[in-house]
Amino acid sequence: MAEAPNIPDEIEVRAKWGDFKFTTTNEKLAKWQIAKYPEGRQKSAVMALLDLAQRQVGADTKTQGWLPVPVIEYVAAYLDMPYMRAYEVATFYTMYNLAPVGRFHVQVCGTTPCMLRGSDDVMAACKNKGMAKGKTTPDGLFTLTEVECMGNCSNAPMVQINDDNYEDLDYDIMTRILEDLAEGKKIKVGSQIGRKTSEPKGGPVILKDMVKANHDYRKEW
Amino acid sequence: MAFDFLQDKDRIFTNVYGFQSWDLKAAQKRGDWDKTADIIKRGNDKIINEMKESGLRGRGGAGFPTGLKWSFMPKESPDGRPSFLVINADESEPGSCKDREILRNDPHKLIEGALIAGFAMRARAAYIYIRGEYIMEAKVMEAAVKEAYDAGLIGKNASKSGYDFDVFVHRGAGAYICGEETAMIESLEGKKGQPRLKPPFPAGAGLYGCPTTVNNVESIAVVPTILRRGASWFASFGRENNHGTKLFQVSGHVDKPAVFEEAMSIPFRDMIEKHCGGITGGWDNLLAVIPGGSSVPLVPAEQIMDAPMDFDGLKDLGSGLGTAAVIVMDKSTDIVRAISRLSYFYKHESCGQCTPCREGTGWMWRVMEKMRDGDAEIGDIDTLYEVTKQVEGHTICALGDAAAWPIQGLIRHFRPEMERRIRENGAQPEVMEAAE
Repeated sequence: MAEAPNIPDEIEVRAKWGDFKFTTTNEKLAKWQIAKYPEGRQKSAVMALLDLAQRQVGADTKTQGWLPVPVIEYVAAYLDMPYMRAYEVATFYTMYNLAPVGRFHVQVCGTTPCMLRGSDDVMAACKNKGMAKGKTTPDGLFTLTEVECMGNCSNAPMVQINDDNYEDLDYDIMTRILEDLAEGKKIKVGSQIGRKTSEPKGGPVILKDMVKANHDYRKEW
Repeated sequence: MAFDFLQDKDRIFTNVYGFQSWDLKAAQKRGDWDKTADIIKRGNDKIINEMKESGLRGRGGAGFPTGLKWSFMPKESPDGRPSFLVINADESEPGSCKDREILRNDPHKLIEGALIAGFAMRARAAYIYIRGEYIMEAKVMEAAVKEAYDAGLIGKNASKSGYDFDVFVHRGAGAYICGEETAMIESLEGKKGQPRLKPPFPAGAGLYGCPTTVNNVESIAVVPTILRRGASWFASFGRENNHGTKLFQVSGHVDKPAVFEEAMSIPFRDMIEKHCGGITGGWDNLLAVIPGGSSVPLVPAEQIMDAPMDFDGLKDLGSGLGTAAVIVMDKSTDIVRAISRLSYFYKHESCGQCTPCREGTGWMWRVMEKMRDGDAEIGDIDTLYEVTKQVEGHTICALGDAAAWPIQGLIRHFRPEMERRIRENGAQPEVMEAAE
């Protein structure tokens, strides 16, 4: 469980988010999520709806988004479940932001496979740009979080920034990424050293036929 | 005897690196969804028997025989409850990154496998639980599921087999514990992911109180190919009791970390040489390996160099194959820090339900941090070991065990290094011990 954050529930928060409602697009997406589960089990969609709500807040605030208490209340009511049950979910899972974050949520993986390949340097690059763990930079651009294993271990070290992964990093590459983001430049996601995905650096040693064409190996069975 | 490396024609995941499209047309050209109805028409029992004969053991870490697991599902539903297949795509074990490649590059293998497995165990639907951080992967999976519906491959009369079967994608939101099957079920029901006591086992009362089987992504995605090529083909790879092909994931101190499919039982040295360009700084520079993801104890260099990478081979070394997530550490590694960082991981991910885990993971991490600098007494190593034994086996789920084992492995193999740090730190000259 993550450390319990301060959860803002003040007059200003209620004034700003008290009337929160899904947009028409998100309303459709919410209905589609609910329909995945059997009749009467709509509560199963709470994770998806909290995510939708957080994204909508993000779009409104030009950040990754977060979950103000009135928004959690809205989602709970939407699914006809007690507020406390939705609150339990929102506070249990790490991807729900319970306080505002910056425009870019920089989530540096620090678990052992990334650590072995230099996540300290990635973290140092962030700190050198004025970021501090758990804090948002004064310009509102970056929030830094150290996260646990993101499942990109053969492309370590890595960072997830909002919805995108950047892999095979080092200090200089991370510095460049942060600078490009700050300047609003588009950055290639995934490996930063030219790997397609998780094949060995320099090209695959197996399945070479697949690189150029969609090879059907059944003929060789 | 030289090891027979797996040939490309025998690889199941031919698009593992995503050089080609994941979409339905491309997948069909690679052989997916080819006469799926004929496989289904073989009948439930024949499919389950073939899976048993293939020797496939669950690819999510525990290695339980997949066909046998399916056979625990009820054959009839006297009270009208449906059965469910839940596919565990919550890949979160540090070191593991194989299911990600299936989800984003070969999603149709998983969907076809879901239909066949779901049919075999008489489930009405499959839920694919994808960890929340796999955002792009979940998008691909959703799109692939939609393609399969639009093509009539799943849904009513799936693939014209006469069987109705739905597949849904459910996204997590960041919690390692949801990879535990009963926590996953809780999470699917819209609750916080805290494991349930067993019994009842999911096959009796799982999702929504209905019979449920939870299988790993890889276990399900290999099913169609096994049934097309036959149990004996799959069983021809690997040693007795350790059959098949397997996605290995190598990270850490090798020249070229990678994910690749190989035959089970491949010797560690051959695997690293062929697929990863060798150990950083050469074989003499190898310190230790965590061979199956963070939960299994590390193995020192000299023991693992020529060991077969399979369930039994690694069990013999006091470790395990787990998810075949191989974390390699060379001699530049601060081994105490490497394990302490895992202790932090388990502290972070403990769901807080059981006291030994809730309190123990934090305590173990704090002591491990002291061990990094040797800011401890020699006797603290024994106390630490004793606490890991108190946590192990005294919790509802295996997270407590998983937090204990890496530390036990460290003490077993690197106690002299821990003692050296304590001595050099000078906090506790050894002569002081008698004064107590």
